[in-house]
Amino acid sequence: MKRFSLILIAVGAIVFAQSCKMKTTEAAVSGDAASKVYVAPGKYDEFYNFVSGGFSGQVSVYGLPSGRLLKVIPVFSQNPENGYGYNEETKPMLQTSHGFIPWDDEHHLALSVTNGEHDGRWLFANANNTPRVARIDLKTFKTVEVLEIPNSGGNHSSPFITENSEYIIAGTRFSVPIAEQEVALTAESFKANFKSTVSFVGINQQTGNMGISFQIVLPGVDLDLARAGKGPSHGWFFLSCYNSEQANTLKEVNSSQKDKDFIVAINWKKAEEYVKAGKGRKMTTEYYHNVLNEETHTATSNIMKEVITLDPNELKDMVYFIPCPKSPHGCDVNPTGEYIVGSGKLAALIPVFSFDKIQKAIAAKTFEGDYHGIPVIKYEAALHGEVKKPGLGPLHTEFDAKGNAYTSFFVSSEIVKWSLKDLTVLDRVPTYYSIGHLMVPGGDTKSPYGKYVVAYNKITKDRYLPTGPELTQSAQLYSIEGDKMQLLLDYPTIGEPHYAQAILADKIKGQSVKFYDINHNKHPYLAKGEKETKVVREGNKVHVYMTAIRSHLTPDNIEGVRVGDEVYFHITNLEQDWDIPHGFAVKHADNAELLIMPGETNTLKFVPKKSGIYPFYCTDFCSALHQEMQGYLRVSPAGSNTPLKWYMGKQDTTAVAAK
Amino acid sequence: MAVHRYVLPFLFLFVMKNKLSLGGRISIFLVIACIATLWFFPMWRIDLAAPQYPEGIYMNIWINHLSGDVEIINGLNHYIGMKTIHEEDFKEFVYLPIVLGSFCGLGLLVFFWNRRIGYYIWTSIFLLIAAISMYDFWKWEYDYGHNLDPTAPIKVPGMAYQPPLIGYKKMLNFEALSQPDIGGWFYIIAGGILVGVCFYEWKRSKKKMA
Repeated sequence: MKRFSLILIAVGAIVFAQSCKMKTTEAAVSGDAASKVYVAPGKYDEFYNFVSGGFSGQVSVYGLPSGRLLKVIPVFSQNPENGYGYNEETKPMLQTSHGFIPWDDEHHLALSVTNGEHDGRWLFANANNTPRVARIDLKTFKTVEVLEIPNSGGNHSSPFITENSEYIIAGTRFSVPIAEQEVALTAESFKANFKSTVSFVGINQQTGNMGISFQIVLPGVDLDLARAGKGPSHGWFFLSCYNSEQANTLKEVNSSQKDKDFIVAINWKKAEEYVKAGKGRKMTTEYYHNVLNEETHTATSNIMKEVITLDPNELKDMVYFIPCPKSPHGCDVNPTGEYIVGSGKLAALIPVFSFDKIQKAIAAKTFEGDYHGIPVIKYEAALHGEVKKPGLGPLHTEFDAKGNAYTSFFVSSEIVKWSLKDLTVLDRVPTYYSIGHLMVPGGDTKSPYGKYVVAYNKITKDRYLPTGPELTQSAQLYSIEGDKMQLLLDYPTIGEPHYAQAILADKIKGQSVKFYDINHNKHPYLAKGEKETKVVREGNKVHVYMTAIRSHLTPDNIEGVRVGDEVYFHITNLEQDWDIPHGFAVKHADNAELLIMPGETNTLKFVPKKSGIYPFYCTDFCSALHQEMQGYLRVSPAGSNTPLKWYMGKQDTTAVAAK
Repeated sequence: MAVHRYVLPFLFLFVMKNKLSLGGRISIFLVIACIATLWFFPMWRIDLAAPQYPEGIYMNIWINHLSGDVEIINGLNHYIGMKTIHEEDFKEFVYLPIVLGSFCGLGLLVFFWNRRIGYYIWTSIFLLIAAISMYDFWKWEYDYGHNLDPTAPIKVPGMAYQPPLIGYKKMLNFEALSQPDIGGWFYIIAGGILVGVCFYEWKRSKKKMA
């Protein structure tokens, strides 16, 4: 008996000791974390953090270090909350060569830069599904431009930006036949017809307007992520790719056969020279270019008909392939521009390439062969060194200003800090759970702000109160100020966060627009004051020139509309003060509301299906008498001759308009 | 006795052609310089703050126009039925520059005439302008604060919205602070100089007489 209990104690001790080794998530947060992220009520955060919305199609704006959600900017998806993509002014923003597309999958963001540092002008975003790029104005936090990318499928390696915002890039993750051909889906057809393209989208430095300068046509591989060179490597672009096997089915297995895929190195200055010399091929295609005019508050779509393509098989010295282990994902350039970090997502090491060595290898033609005619540089000739045993499934790398790199590991769910100098691992912290991208504020620029690293996680499981089968994704904020990374904060995100950017608030907060000057409003249906309100019939179209000011809509009684009419409510917000938007909604309208900023004009299209009385009202609690801000639309049966009439209060606006 | 005490010195000055001191003469230009600032800086400022306006709104009153958040104030005041404020309604914006300009011109006459009595008269005119202006300002404030539209959406029995002539006042959700602005402070400095110099000249004249 005594012996038996001794054994029991021994077994118990072993089990206990082992269970102590199992990590508990609570243990990860240390004492002073709360004070480091506490931003007192009424105080501002140090950073604006722009976070991609993934399958929500939008971009969210958080404050750091508090993790407070400040705004969701609608970009590629309709947003009933403020009428984006529903009102007549912004519908053109979502027009494509395949019609109106109300959704997309938004993955990566790039802040505009000058000399490799944030300049606070614009934020660029990509659409992965229907290939597009967008530009957001950082004065208004509004999407002001969307450009479609032809000859592309899965616009994933986008919109990474060059050192002086010369170009953003758009590379295809799903290689497709050029010119939208319809071809057979067989292995032979795939190898013969499918291509990848890298589009260089030029940025007009004055207006920010985007246009496709040229497209480089590559063999059919899956271009994954990209980074522009900087400093000494300025003029080059680096993209990771997988599926150099060119498999078209069960890619999970068939794209993972080769020991190495590639980093694609593109000399875009050389490409520019070829374009200037007329070596590009003009190709007829069709894609949409949608631009919001901030004076008319209206977007217009232009249909573009041509794109210039460059073939690296004909135009030498422009594209090189560098072998990179096991289906590389991240491809990141350090702040000095000398090192390119490839992250083979199935590899057990991280290769770091040297730009200097790549140049020497190209000069000495140290090639191991070619891939579909494009020279492949010898792995060892380009390699600076390898980070050994860093973790499982490396994805992305960001940098601080002290020569350290931070790599995310999806499979082992951790961030690993390592030194660029000697490629040794310095520290590792767990993430909760399965980190994808990570972001150090300014970590992709020449001068990282450092201070924090944020993990963007795919899985949250037990991290928050359960909300049924569909759970949120999350972000985790870590301090990187000390030698050891320290978890500070854990908060849910919008959609699925992929890449993010953060900029010092001081760089842009002063330029934020408070309201639109109504004197600069050039909307064609503007009513600049209540005296200009009117209702105009043009056939079966009825245009209502309406105004909103605390706390009434003018006109607020409208008669003479018939079933079969299309009614356009053009609402001008007459306010000229900060934070006084007015909303507008009509009973049974089958689209969304309007949310009109001071000095702006927005249009809601309403097609009444039945006769009757339709109340309309202000949806944004604007003032003490907001509840009184309402009116009626009378819709008469089709073919009736109720005269067109409108008024507000004692003022007979019909009479005013008749003059 | 009193008449003797106050009137005689003036008579003496007049008769004896008592001249201004050098300081007195220089002060004329200082006063004119102070008044001149009114063309470059506002004379009065009314600040308003409310829970909805943490950043505050304000109105500046110049000698010839208004500036600041006048339109915002007008927008808010319609709730309580206060008349909207329009520059055209104020004849003062025409008169005031003429009056102050003439006052400065008069200062030059006083300088050349170089008599104490001139300075005293000039100062009296200054004080008269100040008194009339403040009364006029108060009358406008009374008018705006009390003559309210009977159909206004917000009616608080017994409540008037006359802003303070000078100083702080709380009205419903708004706090109001009324005070001189840069130009106004220079006007006050001018007044200080005028009264001070008068006092000095008067003392000096008494000494001479003695």
